[in-house]
Amino acid sequence: MLNIKDLKVTVENTPILKGLDLAVGAGEVHAIMGPNGSGKSTLGHVLAGRDEYEVTGGSVEYQGKDLLDLEPEERAREGLFLAFQYPVEIPGVNNTYLLKAALNAVRKHRGESEVDAVEFLQLIKDKMKIMDMDESFLSRGVNEGFSGGEKKRNEILQMLVMEPKLAILDETDSGLDIDALKVVAEGVNALRREDRSIVLITHYQRLLDYIKPDHVHVLSGGKIVKSGDHTLALELEEHGYDWLKKEAASA
Amino acid sequence: MSGEQSNSARNYELAHAEVAHQLPSGGWLDTLRREALARFGRQGFPTRRDEDWKYTSLKSIEKQRFVPATGAGAEPDAAWLDQCRIEGLEAIRLVFVDGFFDAGLSAIGELPEGVRVQSLAAALADESEPLKGRLGAVADEDMHRFAALNTAFVADGAWLHVPADVELEKPVHLLFVTTADDTPRLVQPRVLVSAGRHSKLTLIEHYADPAGASAFTNVVTEIDAGEGARVEHYLLQEHDSAAYHVGSVHVAQQADSAYVSHNVNLGGALVRHDIHPRMLGEGAHTVMNGLFLVGDGQHVDNHTRVDHAVPHTGSDEYYKGVLWGKGRAVFNGKVIIHRDAQKTDASQYNGNLLLSPMAEIDTKPELEIYADDVKAAHGATVGQLDEDALFYLRSRGLDARAAREVLTFAFAGDVVARMGLAPLRERLEAAIAQRLPGGGLA
Repeated sequence: MLNIKDLKVTVENTPILKGLDLAVGAGEVHAIMGPNGSGKSTLGHVLAGRDEYEVTGGSVEYQGKDLLDLEPEERAREGLFLAFQYPVEIPGVNNTYLLKAALNAVRKHRGESEVDAVEFLQLIKDKMKIMDMDESFLSRGVNEGFSGGEKKRNEILQMLVMEPKLAILDETDSGLDIDALKVVAEGVNALRREDRSIVLITHYQRLLDYIKPDHVHVLSGGKIVKSGDHTLALELEEHGYDWLKKEAASA
Repeated sequence: MSGEQSNSARNYELAHAEVAHQLPSGGWLDTLRREALARFGRQGFPTRRDEDWKYTSLKSIEKQRFVPATGAGAEPDAAWLDQCRIEGLEAIRLVFVDGFFDAGLSAIGELPEGVRVQSLAAALADESEPLKGRLGAVADEDMHRFAALNTAFVADGAWLHVPADVELEKPVHLLFVTTADDTPRLVQPRVLVSAGRHSKLTLIEHYADPAGASAFTNVVTEIDAGEGARVEHYLLQEHDSAAYHVGSVHVAQQADSAYVSHNVNLGGALVRHDIHPRMLGEGAHTVMNGLFLVGDGQHVDNHTRVDHAVPHTGSDEYYKGVLWGKGRAVFNGKVIIHRDAQKTDASQYNGNLLLSPMAEIDTKPELEIYADDVKAAHGATVGQLDEDALFYLRSRGLDARAAREVLTFAFAGDVVARMGLAPLRERLEAAIAQRLPGGGLA
């Protein structure tokens, strides 16, 4: 699904990712954990195609294609989805409009017909039920005046509508209370399938109580410094990140 | 007065002498016309040394010889004219060709008792119509020189009168079109509106040209809003990209009256609007919404001036501009709160979106406050499309062009949303989508 080799990225001439390797197979759930400033969010944005991030080395293969060669919208249509840590408020652009445009962009790319208004409304209502969202969200501007939790739900709603093959969730759990966290986890779990992969970028272990990862990686100083199964997350929860930094320094 | 000024003013005086015998005449009208022509001759063309014209050069108008239209030119193409209809709008429709009323193209229908919707020429010819003392009463010709030029040539236009306590349900659609031929014309219609006490009126002043028409339209609209009257006024400027337009709107507002203006600019080479409501009675309220889309080869200048002359009046102004290519625009919003105008509540906002590094906006709020117990707020912004929002939309599968269009449309859309007439909103949304430069954006 995704194969990242020796990825090096700088932002405004500061190296952030310094040779990152990661392989995600179809149907797998990976968690990427790490201290603040380790490069977790940079990874998410680079994969989604943000052009302020300069790739200075390495390669990213996605479904046999050179991902770095694709425009952000092409990546989205090819099934890559980034749930933003800070979703953007866009006053004046209707939430329904964006959801429908996103769905039809993906469908068109797959060679499917565009959905009409009636089909769309039925589809969106079903998905909103999963996310415990009120229908009033449909008539509002994209994320306009949404609370932190509402924005995160809206991200997952978009994900459910676009049905990506690879979903990258950038700190989707941050700022959520326990009920909202459960709803978000439910949304993600609703998407799980053996041909879909999920990458959870998170600082905390608690999301992983609800979405159990197959692999856990620790990102520190721009590299994956340790990988393991879900028990690694529990270890991190108990001991923090300091012991890993020491381990990395002595290695 | 510079030599240059008197020269160009002189050209218009000469042109006036040539057509004077074809203009409607009569005692008071002759005096009004003569005084206006003398006033324009004395003042001449404004130059950029005049504060109110600092960012707008009239040279492109001055160097041309526009021939005053003395009647309608060739009949406009029927298919083209059909596109000027506002779909879904049931309106009283008056069509003017080169500033002159065309009865054949118009549909006035039956009017409620006492309501007048007719050509100004017909009203001037009818002594029973009370135009004396009204024509020129609201416009301040010392402040607005082109209003004097219009008065000097006044011949036709529209006369609207709604008597007290009458609500005119159908909007009045005044469509002004020009003729495209080899002679660039000077087209000077006049719109005179009298809204009686507690009357209600919606007026659409609409300008359009067939492709290639390079007429100079100089229009004056005078609105007298009686006590408790409500006048909703749409100014829809869809001129051809070669057209010149100077227009002023003058409004006298009596107590508790409401004047709502929607000023939309989509076309034209050089366009200047002055909108000037004066609140003369307590409880009067003014709303001014504006939208200008300005691209290559276009210059659009909006000057507004609100006079709060008495206590307890309010004004709410909201203008937005979208500029691209080498488009240039000016927004100057003057709010004058006079000495006695306590408890005035005035707000003004002008937001601008620049889609190219070569586009230019000069925006200037001008608040003059002589009373001490008032609320007055103003703000102006100039910005580009939000990169974060663009990336967000693209990450949801919209291509770069569509993402830019969506964001630009959203920026402009909230001005359109303020307009009451749904068919007009729909026409504008379509026109905006069509006008926006899309993929060519830098």
